[in-house]
Amino acid sequence: MRVRRLAAWTALPLAVTLGLAACGSGGDGGSGGSDSSVVSIQIAEPKHLVPTNTTETSGAQVLTGLFSPLVDYDAQNKPYEVAAQSITSSDNKVWTIKLKDGFTFHNGEKVTSEDYINAWNYGAYAPNGQDSNFFFEKIAGYADLQGKAPKAKEMSGLKKVDDLTFTATLSEPYIDFKTTLGYTAFYPMPDAAFSAPGVLKDSYEQAPIGQGPFKMKGAWQHDSKIDVERYDAYPGEKPKVKNIEFRIYQQLTAAYADVLADNLDVLPTIPTESLSTAPSDLGDRYKTSPMSSFQFLAFPTFDKDYSSPDVRKAISMAIDRDEITKSVFKGSQTPARSFVSPVLPGYRENTAGKAGEFNPTEAKKLYQAAGGPSKIVISYNGDGGHKDWVDATVNQLKANLGVDAVGSAEPKFADLLTKVEKKTPVGAFRMGWVMDYPTMEDYLGPLYSTNGSSNYYGYSNPEFDKLVKEGSAAKTQDEAIAKYRQAEDILAKDMPVIPLRFGENVFGHSSKVKNVEMDLFQRVNLVKIEAAS
Amino acid sequence: MFRYILRRLLQMVLAFFGTTLIVYALTFAGQGDPIQALAGERPVTPAQRAYLTEKYNLDQTGVGGFFYRYFDYVKDLLQGNLGESLTGRSIGDILQQAWPVTVRLALIALAVAIIFGVTAGVLAGIRRASIFDNSTLVLTLLVLGIPTIVLAPLAQYFLGVKWQLFPPTAGSDPTFYALLLPGIVLGSLSLATALRLTRASVAENLRADYVRTARSKGLVKRRIVVVHVLRNSLIPVVTFLGVELGNLMSGAIITEGVFNIPGVGFNLFRGIRTEDGPLVVGIVSVLVVVYLVSNLVVDVLYAVLDPRIRYE
Repeated sequence: MRVRRLAAWTALPLAVTLGLAACGSGGDGGSGGSDSSVVSIQIAEPKHLVPTNTTETSGAQVLTGLFSPLVDYDAQNKPYEVAAQSITSSDNKVWTIKLKDGFTFHNGEKVTSEDYINAWNYGAYAPNGQDSNFFFEKIAGYADLQGKAPKAKEMSGLKKVDDLTFTATLSEPYIDFKTTLGYTAFYPMPDAAFSAPGVLKDSYEQAPIGQGPFKMKGAWQHDSKIDVERYDAYPGEKPKVKNIEFRIYQQLTAAYADVLADNLDVLPTIPTESLSTAPSDLGDRYKTSPMSSFQFLAFPTFDKDYSSPDVRKAISMAIDRDEITKSVFKGSQTPARSFVSPVLPGYRENTAGKAGEFNPTEAKKLYQAAGGPSKIVISYNGDGGHKDWVDATVNQLKANLGVDAVGSAEPKFADLLTKVEKKTPVGAFRMGWVMDYPTMEDYLGPLYSTNGSSNYYGYSNPEFDKLVKEGSAAKTQDEAIAKYRQAEDILAKDMPVIPLRFGENVFGHSSKVKNVEMDLFQRVNLVKIEAAS
Repeated sequence: MFRYILRRLLQMVLAFFGTTLIVYALTFAGQGDPIQALAGERPVTPAQRAYLTEKYNLDQTGVGGFFYRYFDYVKDLLQGNLGESLTGRSIGDILQQAWPVTVRLALIALAVAIIFGVTAGVLAGIRRASIFDNSTLVLTLLVLGIPTIVLAPLAQYFLGVKWQLFPPTAGSDPTFYALLLPGIVLGSLSLATALRLTRASVAENLRADYVRTARSKGLVKRRIVVVHVLRNSLIPVVTFLGVELGNLMSGAIITEGVFNIPGVGFNLFRGIRTEDGPLVVGIVSVLVVVYLVSNLVVDVLYAVLDPRIRYE
């Protein structure tokens, strides 16, 4: 019997729904009114919000609001002081960093030299597992903080002089040290961030306290947004807007729809799917600006098929870069014929020389003379939207070199790298690079020197290594650039990789904001942006 | 009935361990190098590598290492600790935030399916071969034929961006209004299936002997349809909707992504994309429980709808 009564009970709501259906669906709740003084910017969910643990763009974007760097970069990408009064060195080894007076953290604490020293030591201490750990490797005593049980907790190279001055002694002279200080890893952290010396509070990351133009408004709302508001005691250039909402999106296409509907103010990256329609959809709100990314094709130089520079040069000459950037990327990237990005001081056009020019007849002749392989494979990661240009490149190689060529997708970039490291034959493979600070050394060192952190292709030329080293130990910037350029000339001769494209920021904004600018690091300039009246 | 439920619960325990083991194995066997995946396209420093290897017991390799990590995981799980994602967030917290959103979305979708699907199905079943019947047939075939991955962006573009009837995305703390369009999109697929099922079932039952008897008894048509036919016709529909509810609860990866709804599917998708093994396994383990429970509820509902079905 109990069962039957239950049945009647379920039948009732159904009957009600049946009756209701005739009337159609009811009214809607009101939409939330938006405060016009809030500017919203798209980000992805940041991995971390601790300065020494943030290496991806979304986290760095939020931190640019919360922190003020020691140096920033001018139109020529030369560093100038922001939170620092002066950064000087007589020998490029012992650097004296004087801070500007008047900076305070958002909790009222005065910024002192100790806040920098503590933050940097925290970042360099290996057991803390910070992503930016290696940025401190040039500072003397860094090695003592590495390994499972490090010898020391503080780098011997960092010394406090007074409240606003400290010195950083490097293990060897490095001319570009001042330039590197603009990176996220070199922000200070207040005493309030630490629960004990060298131990970061868990809660710090949820609402980071910085000394920048904006402060947190509430905590980090994971997967939805991060709200910040103007910090009125900030002594530097005041932002034009009062509130910024960093809105977290999983997919760029969703954010793009929101920009079209004026629901989101700034979209720093237009999704690839919408590149062809975006200029007409957004009109003058579709923008591009220089950025540092560099896409290239790497070769396993240890593989005998590709060990001859002539083979690599021939492949390079058989690729029509202009055509691919135009048809595949709709002009959102530019052809690359040099080994470093055009945004850098010291960049020269066409350093690859003849090998960078599209010349199919010459390419075929050279390829046959050098005895290149009869089948070229280009491996790429299937999750990064690379298929289109790889297919186009492969077709060009087939037509221009008269060889068989195929693209081969690996699920993830990590899988590709693992295979390359194990020397599994993957053929040529795609690589990309984005700089951390604007110096030629940030390209030449990691990408092409023998022990470079991203040199997966086994390229090694002692002459090149020597020149890069001499460049970074040079006395003046001009001298350094001269050495770097000589090093780049060696690359043109050896052609360890084929430069393909330089990236651009391709971004859009709503009709509610103006003066939207993006920097070389794919970050929106939060101080310049204004609400359109 | 009680013994039946108890037996089912015991089976669920077995099923739970079986599925988590399989999911755990699949997730972690498929990973090339989880540490490199976490770093994306950047090189990983030895310091970072050592730190993560130790934190996630990745130094134990091979089959032994796998079971070591699995039992470690199950031990935590039984204590109610779902673990941490590779970015150091508690998976319990993630789910706690994501679930209410997904549940709201699922309920809207289900309401859409029931209100429109079952009603239209009954009407189509009663008036077989009428214009209404034929037009719903065409419409449902159309909806069933278009995958969500096409339907969702289309709805977003026309209703959200072009005509601005709905907000294009939901975002944080979505209002009912913001969830309505994604709910309709999500529900439209179940709606179509529910409609077809109800129609077929009603049409068949209308020809049954008991309906003829009821009619000859002089019962009004309304009562025959609502009380006699509908109740008997609902069994396949309830099965379908119950399973569908479990489906909807697990989050709609595509719909939540298109409309930027921070629900379960949204997080699951991120876990898969960033190769965040612990996050994927954590979410899927909870989803397994949801599925098992919703299946049990469906089975019990059979007995409620049809007294001839008895469990012992």
